[in-house]
Amino acid sequence: MPEAAAIERPEENRQEIESAVVRFAGDSGDGMQLTGSQFTMTAAIAGNDLATFPDFPAEIRAPAGTTFGVSAFQINFGARKIMTSGDLLDVLVVMNPAALVTNLADVKPNGIVIADSGAFSDRNLAKAGYTENPLENDSLEGYRVVKIDMSRLTVEAVKEFGLSNKEALRSKNMWALGLIYWMYGRKRQASVDWLEAKFAKNPDVAKANIAALNAGHAFGETAEMPAELGTFDVEPAKIEPGLYRTITGAESVSLGLLAGSLLANLKIAFCSYPITPASALLHQLARMKEFGVVTFQAEDEIAAAAAAIGASYAGSLGITSSSGPGIALKMEAIGLAIATELPLVIINSQRAGPSTGLPTKTEQSDLYQAVYGRNGDAPMPVISVSTPSDGYEVAIEAIRIATKYMTPVMVLTDGYITNASEPWLIPNANDTERFDVNFRTDPENFQPFMRDAETLARPWVKPGTPDLMHRIGGIERSYDSGHISYDPDNHQKMTEVRASKVLGISDDIPEQEVSVGEAGAKLAVIGWGSTYGPINRAVSNMREDGLDVAQIHLRYIWPLPRNLGELLNSFDNILVPEMNTGQLRTLLRDQYLLPAEGLNKVNGKPFLIGELEDAIRARLEK
Amino acid sequence: MNIQSPPEKLKARDFATDQEVRWCPGCGDYAILKGVQNTLAQLEADPKNTVFVSGIGCAARFPYYMETYGFHTIHGRSPAVASGVKLANPELDVWVVGGDGDMLSIGGNHTMHAIRRNIDLQILLFNNQIYGLTKGQYSPTSKIGTKSPSTPLGSIDNPVSAAQFALGVGGTFIARSSDILQKHLPEVLKRAYTHKGASFVEIFQNCIVYNDGAFKHFTEKSIQAEMQIHLGHGQPLLFGEDKSKGLVLNREEMRLEVVTLGENGITESNIAIHDETNLSLATMLAQMDPPDFPVALGVLYAEPAPTYESAVHTQIEQATKDGGTADLNRLLQRGQTWTVE
Repeated sequence: MPEAAAIERPEENRQEIESAVVRFAGDSGDGMQLTGSQFTMTAAIAGNDLATFPDFPAEIRAPAGTTFGVSAFQINFGARKIMTSGDLLDVLVVMNPAALVTNLADVKPNGIVIADSGAFSDRNLAKAGYTENPLENDSLEGYRVVKIDMSRLTVEAVKEFGLSNKEALRSKNMWALGLIYWMYGRKRQASVDWLEAKFAKNPDVAKANIAALNAGHAFGETAEMPAELGTFDVEPAKIEPGLYRTITGAESVSLGLLAGSLLANLKIAFCSYPITPASALLHQLARMKEFGVVTFQAEDEIAAAAAAIGASYAGSLGITSSSGPGIALKMEAIGLAIATELPLVIINSQRAGPSTGLPTKTEQSDLYQAVYGRNGDAPMPVISVSTPSDGYEVAIEAIRIATKYMTPVMVLTDGYITNASEPWLIPNANDTERFDVNFRTDPENFQPFMRDAETLARPWVKPGTPDLMHRIGGIERSYDSGHISYDPDNHQKMTEVRASKVLGISDDIPEQEVSVGEAGAKLAVIGWGSTYGPINRAVSNMREDGLDVAQIHLRYIWPLPRNLGELLNSFDNILVPEMNTGQLRTLLRDQYLLPAEGLNKVNGKPFLIGELEDAIRARLEK
Repeated sequence: MNIQSPPEKLKARDFATDQEVRWCPGCGDYAILKGVQNTLAQLEADPKNTVFVSGIGCAARFPYYMETYGFHTIHGRSPAVASGVKLANPELDVWVVGGDGDMLSIGGNHTMHAIRRNIDLQILLFNNQIYGLTKGQYSPTSKIGTKSPSTPLGSIDNPVSAAQFALGVGGTFIARSSDILQKHLPEVLKRAYTHKGASFVEIFQNCIVYNDGAFKHFTEKSIQAEMQIHLGHGQPLLFGEDKSKGLVLNREEMRLEVVTLGENGITESNIAIHDETNLSLATMLAQMDPPDFPVALGVLYAEPAPTYESAVHTQIEQATKDGGTADLNRLLQRGQTWTVE
C-alpha cells in the first residue's frame, strides 16, 4: 500500500488551538487504555486542563479484530477549563478497521483520521464488515485521512531487540503515541520514564517500546508527514497553582473513604463482591492495608452487605460497594441497617440496566432504587458524585453523615465517573475538620435506642463494652429499650422518628447553590451526578450567547437541600437532563409540585454539550 | 471511691435476660437455651465479650434471651454478619444460631463460606427438619415424603445431611448433639468454644408442633442406647446396652459395619478407635443412619487450622511494618504528580 505523500513543514508553523479532542481506538489487545493514560499524563504535565473517557468492551479479550472487541480512550485537553471529555473528535487514531467503523461517526466534519493501514488486511476488513477497504475508496471523503503502515514501521523500529513479529507489534500503540506527541509538540520524557519503570524487569521490552515511541515521533519530525496532518500548540490552561495528579472516580472515592475513616477515627471494613464497574474500589482499598483497612471479598453481594453491617455493629466502619444488580441484592440487608440504626456506607457505581443491562456503559438509573428501593418505609440518605475528583469529598461526607446519624448512606457514582479521570489539586488531608466517633461506654441510664435530642441518632456501643450488653434486630423494637415490640403505636412512632432523623439531615448540609448564573433566570438546568460537566459547559456557552439560563447541580439527593424548593420556584422553567428516563424529575415533582421537564438519554454515553445547548436554545428561543 | 470486689462467678441464670421466652411450650429450644447458658457459666465466659448472632426462624430468637451482646439479623445471613463482627474485632466470642431452613436453605451459601474460611465462630444449627416460624413447611433436611402445607402429597427432594455438608466444605470442627441430652450438649459446646476456627454443631431439636417425634427413632429412651453412639477421641466405637455393640472398619469395602462383641469371635480389639482428625472416618460416621446404624453424636471431626480473621490481621500487621507509618498525605500524592506554578 503506498504511503501518503510527505512534505517539508518546519516546526514554527504550529497552529495554536484552544483545545482538542483525541481518541485512540483499537483492538482490546492493542493497549489503547495505556496509550490514552500516557497522553493524559503528558498533557497534564504540559499544563493543560483535561478530561478523559475510557470506553472498553465488556469482554475481557474479545476475538481480535471484531467490532465488539474495540477499546477506546478519549481525551479532551485545552488551554481553558475542560468540563467534559468532548462531544466530537478532532483526531481519531484507529489501529484496525473495526476501530474505524465503530468510531468514525464521532469525528468532526473535516476531522483527522489516522489509520494503521498495515492492519487493514482483507481478514480484518471482513471482520469489521467492510467489503472494500475504506482507506482506498472515497468513503472517507469529508475527513482528513492519514494512512500510515504503523505495523510495518513499528516492526522495523524495534528490529534490533530481537523480538518476534507478534511481540514487536505490541509496541505499535507507542508508535502511534509518539506521532500524536509530535502533532501536539509534546515531550516524551514522562512516557519514557514510565516505560522504563513499568518494564524494569524486562529491559528489552522497555527499549522496544521506547524505540517505537521515538520512531513515531521521528516520523513526524523528519517531515515524512503527509500534508493532511497539522501540527498544533495547546497552551497551558489557567489553573490554580499547587501539586496535581490525575484521578479517576474509583481512586477519589476510595481515597475519600480512607480519609473519612481517619477523620472519624474508625477502622474500615470494606466488604464487596466483584462486579463491573465497581470492582475498582475493592482493588484500590485492598492496597491500603498499611492503614489497617480490612477488605473482604465476600461470597456474594448479600454477604458483602451483611458482613459490612456486622463490622459496623462491632465498631468498625462497614462499607459495601457494588453496581445496580448487586445493590438490588443488598437491599434487604440495607433495610436491616436502617432498622437497627447502624452506620453503613454503600457505594453504588451505576451502570446501564435493568438486569445485567450494559455492564461497561454508564447510566444514572439507580436513583429510584437508592431513594425508594426497599421494603417498608425505609428512609436513607443518598448523595452523589459529580466529577471524577469529587468522590473524595463525597465519600468523606457519606462517612460523616453515617456515623453522626447512625444510618446507612448510599453514594451514587457511575461507570463514567469511576473510569474517567481529570487533574486533581491534591488536598492536604489535615485541612478537613475531624468528626471523631464517640462510642457509648457509660452504663448510666443506657437504653440502646434512646436518641440524641438534636440528631435523633441512637448511641453506638461496641460489643466488649462492660455493662452495656443489649440486643438489636430487624423486628420492630420498642422506642427506647430496643426490645421486640409489636405495639401498633410504637411502630407508628418508630416509623416517624426514622423518617424525621433522615429528613433532619437537611439542616446539617449546605444550602443549594447555583453553579452557573443566578436564581430567577428563565430556565434552570438541574442535574446530579456525572452530567455536571456537560451541563456546566452548555449553560456557560448559552449564557455567553445571551440566554437567561442557570445551572443547579445536586450533591444531596436525599434529603434534598432545605432551600431547594424555594430556589427552584424562582425560575420560570426547569429542565432536568438525566441519563435515565426521569428519576430526579419524579423526585422534584413529588417534593415541590413543580412542572419540571426531563431531557433524558439512555444510550450508555454521557451527554454531549451540543445536545444540551440545543435543548436550552429550544426552550429559550421560542 | 468504689472498692472493687472480685467478680462473682456467673451462674447459668446470669446469662438469661429479663425477656419472656416465646417458644411453644415443650419446644426443644428451651433445653438448648438452658444448655448454652450452662455451658457459658461453666466456661466462665465473659458476657461483655460474647455475641450471639442469628438469622430468622424460631431458633433465631435466641439472642434476645441471652444476657450478652446480641444481633437478630435477617433470613439466612447470620454467618455473614458474624463474619463481619469477627473481622472487625477478632477478640469477641461469636456464636451463630439458626435453624435448618435459615442456615442450609436461604443461608446455605453463607454457612458454606463461613465454614470453609474457618472463621472462629461457634455455629449452632438447630435441626428440626421443618420450617416452624412460617408454620410447618418441609425444610432442606426433611425426609423424603414429609407431608406439609407446601407438600400435601409428601416432599420429593432429597434432604441434605448437615454434618456431611460441613465436612464437605472443609470444616475444621464438626459435632452433633441433641436437645434432650442435657449432659452431652454442654460438653460438645465446650469443645466447640475451645476450637479456634469455625465450629459447626448440629443439634437435633424436636419441633413439638409441626414435626413432633422426628428424631424419636434414635432419641426415645427405650432405644437410645442402641441407636446412638457417643464418640470420644481415642476411644473404641462402642454402643448399645452394656456397650455390647461396636463399629469395625471393613477395609476391603471401605465402610463401617456394626458388630456384636462376642459374636463371630469379635473382641474389643477388633473395634475401630475414634480419631477426630481422620476425615474419612468422620465422613463415614456422619453417613450413619438408623435403623442399620446408630447416629453418631459428639465430636466427629476436629482438626485445628489457622483462622481467616487471624490471617487478615497478620497481613495488615505485615503491611503496617512494611509501609512504616501510614501517611494519608503521602498516599494522596502517590504516582505521577506535577506542580502548577
